[in-house]
Amino acid sequence: MTGLFSEVFLSALLFGAVTAAIPLLLAGLGEQMSEKAGVLNIGIEGMMLAGAYLGFVGAFYSGSLWLGFFTGAAGGIAVALVMALLCVRIGLNQIVIGIALTLGLEGLTALLHHFQFSRSYPRLPAVDVTVIPLLSDIPVIGPALFRQHLIVYLAIALVFAMGHIYRRTQLGLNLQAAGDKPAALDVAGIDVMRTRTIAVLTTGALAGLGGAFLANVGAGLFIPFITNGAGFLGIVLAMLARGRPVWVLFGALLFGVCLSLTTAMQVAGINIPTDIIQMLPFLAVMIMLVLFGRRASLPAALGIPYERGAR
Amino acid sequence: MSIETAPSAGATALDPTAAVATRRDIQHRLLMTLGPILAALIIAGCILLAVGVDPLAYYGFVLEKGLLSPLGIQQTLTRMAPLLFLAAGLIVAFRAGMWNLGGDGQFLLGAVTAAASAPVFVQIMPAWLALVCSFLIAMVVAMIWSLVPALLRAYQGVNEIITTLMMTFLGTSLANVLVKLVFRDPGTTVPQTRTLPVEDRLPRLFETTITSGLLLGLAAIIIVHLVMTRTAFGLKLRIVGANPRAAIHSGLGVPKLTIAVFAISAGLAGLAGAVDILGVQGNVRADWNPAYGLAVIPVVFLARMNGFAAIGFVFLLSVLSIGGESAARRLGVPNHFTLVLVSIVLIVLALAEYIDHRYNQSRRV
Repeated sequence: MTGLFSEVFLSALLFGAVTAAIPLLLAGLGEQMSEKAGVLNIGIEGMMLAGAYLGFVGAFYSGSLWLGFFTGAAGGIAVALVMALLCVRIGLNQIVIGIALTLGLEGLTALLHHFQFSRSYPRLPAVDVTVIPLLSDIPVIGPALFRQHLIVYLAIALVFAMGHIYRRTQLGLNLQAAGDKPAALDVAGIDVMRTRTIAVLTTGALAGLGGAFLANVGAGLFIPFITNGAGFLGIVLAMLARGRPVWVLFGALLFGVCLSLTTAMQVAGINIPTDIIQMLPFLAVMIMLVLFGRRASLPAALGIPYERGAR
Repeated sequence: MSIETAPSAGATALDPTAAVATRRDIQHRLLMTLGPILAALIIAGCILLAVGVDPLAYYGFVLEKGLLSPLGIQQTLTRMAPLLFLAAGLIVAFRAGMWNLGGDGQFLLGAVTAAASAPVFVQIMPAWLALVCSFLIAMVVAMIWSLVPALLRAYQGVNEIITTLMMTFLGTSLANVLVKLVFRDPGTTVPQTRTLPVEDRLPRLFETTITSGLLLGLAAIIIVHLVMTRTAFGLKLRIVGANPRAAIHSGLGVPKLTIAVFAISAGLAGLAGAVDILGVQGNVRADWNPAYGLAVIPVVFLARMNGFAAIGFVFLLSVLSIGGESAARRLGVPNHFTLVLVSIVLIVLALAEYIDHRYNQSRRV
């Protein structure tokens, strides 16, 4: 037990927490944009899986991690394109299509994996980290926070970029209006379909990137069902964050710490079923909701397809 | 969120051409269901071709093992029992406008409760009473599990999609903890609950292997359908679903009804878990999660929350999953292909419904 709270252990724990948090953060930020624009994107789990699979394939065959991130994001966008076409343009039920996409991508990526990698289970080499001078020398948090892959810093920068978009730009206003009163946006001469399509495609790109990160940086390989509910956690984070990107970051870190704790406990040889630790973040959030559960401020038109001229 | 009610077929009853119209209506519906399924099979067949499997051989095998062979059809009908209970629970929730996405957690907790209690009960009471008690206690546990989302929604207005999703993650983990730590069978090395002897399980129908849980499931979904469409209570729930504000103004106790909806919906999901354990599995293994709930949600939507249509779709889902499981063992196509097939069927059916709707609209105008 003496080794449990040593510097190295804490540092590894924190490092794992950040690695686990980044996919959740990207998924949460993506889902947040869709929800702001009035599209409940339940297919995000499928988008992440597409990103994880294509991201791994891209990185594996090209040898370039960045190309892997690129193909991962492209995979997410491809799934999002189907979602945008069916749920935004045509206006089919978002929950039916979302769940159908998730089920389909779960099956498709597992199927492709079976025929392609199931005999060899190839792995990617360990990722290069970007060391930030000075800061990375701080004990405990230095090695954990400032010796990460470049994309980790970019993802955290994205939180503030998103905040800027929502508060200061025309696009942010349009997104908000598309979710709260699409008819008003239409009257103002801005295409609701286009605004929502932009939101859904951005979600796809971010979710795909999150999936690619999960496979390439987090695990180093692709296995079927690798996301294991990360997309659904992203939905939970986006709803809890009430439209603020910074809260998605905090939530993602909370879940990240708990996920990292699960592996750390196993390494330390503590004999608690991992299921108990996996329950912790959900328990924390449920208790928060029970104590501070105010009326959630979800966009008024969330989940309702927009049809011009409909009552 | 508004709920589209299916166009009532009885509205044209006084029309002299009613009989012709109904027949045409039925033909039309059959066409609009079978056509998209055929299209989906063709699309999925292209994927099979792409991975180097003969689609015709695969489909033939699925049809043979899921529908035509005596053993296959019996397995399919057995698989329907838990799915029907889950669908019944979702019909109640969705018609009342509540998104109970926590079916899997409620299902697993019901299953674990039934698996833990039944072997104890059979030792102290007659087998039939033990089964009844296990069903009841599984239902009650699932109901209690839904109480937190229900109360939060009813009195705090907290969105139930978040809370039920989180409760389903919690429930899945809790079920595992219970199997591994509390109800673990000391006699086995694999963590699982004590196994209920086959003779104490739900009786099988006649000379077959079909569980009598199928009849219970059919009864549940038909009762739910009738309650939702023919009774005052069902009407109240549908008003809450269609327009909660109007429901408050017409003097309905919306918070109490909300809690009732969650209790019924979760209770039925708990029964689904119990019927699967007491009729088929006999015990719960650690990390067992068939994730039926997620697959049943879109099915209920496609059936437009109609109980009878849901029975048809649940049957289709069972044929595909049983046939797919056999094909995975024999043809080397992983079971995951069934997920792809189900997903394509769902999307094409939804698209067909949209096209049909637009076609009807353009004809009327």
